[in-house]
Amino acid sequence: MSNTSIQAGQREYHPAHEPHPENGTSLGFWLYLMSDCLIFAALFATWGVLGRSYAGGPTGAELFSLELVAINTAFLLLSSLTFGLAMLQKQKKNVNGTLGWLAVTGLLGLAFVGVEVYEFMHIYHTGATIQTSAFLSSFFTLVGTHGLHVSFGLIWLVVLMVQIKQKGLIHANVRRLNCLSMFWHFLDVVWIGVFTFVYLMGVL
Amino acid sequence: MSAHDIHAGHGDHHEEHDDLHVTSGDYIKGFILAVILTVIPFWLVMADVIQNRTTVVMVLGLFAVVQVVVHMVYFLHMNGKIQGGWTMMSTIFAIVFVIITLAGTLWVMFHMNANMMPAHKDIPALSQPAAPVAAPVAPAAQEAVAPEAVQEQAAPAAPAEHSGHAK
Repeated sequence: MSNTSIQAGQREYHPAHEPHPENGTSLGFWLYLMSDCLIFAALFATWGVLGRSYAGGPTGAELFSLELVAINTAFLLLSSLTFGLAMLQKQKKNVNGTLGWLAVTGLLGLAFVGVEVYEFMHIYHTGATIQTSAFLSSFFTLVGTHGLHVSFGLIWLVVLMVQIKQKGLIHANVRRLNCLSMFWHFLDVVWIGVFTFVYLMGVL
Repeated sequence: MSAHDIHAGHGDHHEEHDDLHVTSGDYIKGFILAVILTVIPFWLVMADVIQNRTTVVMVLGLFAVVQVVVHMVYFLHMNGKIQGGWTMMSTIFAIVFVIITLAGTLWVMFHMNANMMPAHKDIPALSQPAAPVAAPVAPAAQEAVAPEAVQEQAAPAAPAEHSGHAK
């Protein structure tokens, strides 16, 4: 602080010496993820209460296709691995390798969202909409919120790929990549809860 | 919150500090464990291996918890040391909060069901005057809905917000 006030006249910044906490962004982003965790906790609790209130409508066992869910789980898990490989390429300062694995991650994420949209459309066309029963309301809200997170993650991924393409693996891009990595792996963690508590237990 | 812990060492800050060093072994190990921990629950349910529902639910829950830990350790590189322990601290807080939210919600909501006014057939005093009106409702109403439907009839002055809730 004292440094900057001395040179206040010339409007000079010293990013390397600012009194920022070490890795402040990572910790801050982690705190965001933990707050996101609370959103999902609320949605999972809602699902826990309403997940079997079918109101005479279709049940999970009738609507869910576990084969589809298994494929989607594989897509997301593989994308976690490929994101990890992108991080390893980043560590080696290999721009093209990073971009390549990020692209693979993006395609897997896109496949995940695609299959989920297909699944939702399929369920909708059987006449089971979000208004049919408390079970379907909580199902579409929980799984849809997760799907939206993945979709926004994809947008972020594409934007970051453009940034890395333009500026290379500069410090700011590395920081962004670290945050996106946390975001992506976090979504995979939430998906564990979704496929276990919504799909696998939903068809029992 | 001690500002010293966080600010300490900013003098020798350089770019590599932002980078957690990760190894391919971490990702490979994590991935293999995650695949195993995913395939078994799917197999248990799809092949209908265990007949007892409670057992299946417990086993599935256990696999999910273990897999979450695996992802935390191998993909998110959690340990007690990064960020001077603040990451771990916030995670523990979030986990406690999540457990309270889930356990508290389920506990309260399912106990509310149990503590609702019993179905009219269980209360001799109520069943007589209400019988002609309630009779057609009773067979159609299902487990959780029944107490609430009866409550509305027993107390006509009840606020209207209950009516939308019944279905």
